[in-house]
Amino acid sequence: MLLISCPNCGPRDETEFHYGGQAHVAYPENPDALTDRQWAEYLFYRDNTKGAFAERWVHSTGCRQWFNMLRDTVSYDIQAIYKMGQPRPDMERADVNTSAATTPEGATK
Amino acid sequence: MAETATPANPETLRAARRSPASHLAPTFESGSVAGTVALKEIPFQTMVGIRVDRNSDAGARLASVTGGLPVACGEISGDERATTLWLGPDEFLVVAPESAHDSLGGDLVRALVEALGDDPGQVVDLSANRTTFELSGIRARDVLEKGCSLDLHPRAFRAGTALATEIGNIPAMLFKTGEDSFRIFPRASFADFLGRWLLDSMREYASPEVP
Ligand SMILES: [Zn+2]
Repeated sequence: MLLISCPNCGPRDETEFHYGGQAHVAYPENPDALTDRQWAEYLFYRDNTKGAFAERWVHSTGCRQWFNMLRDTVSYDIQAIYKMGQPRPDMERADVNTSAATTPEGATK
Repeated sequence: MAETATPANPETLRAARRSPASHLAPTFESGSVAGTVALKEIPFQTMVGIRVDRNSDAGARLASVTGGLPVACGEISGDERATTLWLGPDEFLVVAPESAHDSLGGDLVRALVEALGDDPGQVVDLSANRTTFELSGIRARDVLEKGCSLDLHPRAFRAGTALATEIGNIPAMLFKTGEDSFRIFPRASFADFLGRWLLDSMREYASPEVP
């Protein structure tokens, strides 16, 4: 069980939260201009990172607010929790596994 | 916007209603242990959900009706007329006695709807959404701790604090009203489950303590 520190409510059990997938996947500027393949990649293709991964969570049975989390997908260590709309914190990229452990901020930017 | 029709005869309405845990009332009574832990339902409390930016003009107008809007998680505000619980940064739950409801001659819902006016936000009559359980007695905290992972020790969870959390794996609001008394607000559809879960949790205190 993860103990997740909600930015509004403080530390709560993981069961109070729901997962929202990869963070920082921006909605396309002009969806009409995308090919079917690009649209499918926006909708369904996500990074499968080994190491620090930026993802979205919602405190569903608490304050019902979304937030971002930087979590290590190997150790489950929660490295940072930050607000929706804030950029991914530029922390400990050096001391996480250097080999393809980190990903840029989502597919489109 | 909540439109609350006033029926011709409030007494007819009251007689026709069944609270979500009314069928458990005798069991709550027989399952309570005098002087140790007691459980009862407080049915039909008036509850109004508010969504508003508390720093806006509408937030200030609503706060003047409710007696303030709580600032942070756990906080409550209000007076003897109504208590307002913090649900989220822009979401609040006003809880008042049954008689405050517009259909029974009160004016709480209308006052809140008028305070919001046409500004961004919501005022929704949620009186039928949740019921209220009152759990009290020296063992009340022990009963809750079997199914709630919050730190309920008095040094961390003080009287006059309300938190949205999970009790017995279901989402509920937990409001500590006194040193040994709690009010729990489960949604109506969970009232039967949570009522029986609490009774089960209380059962051991009916037997003599094994040293
Ligand atoms: Zn929260």
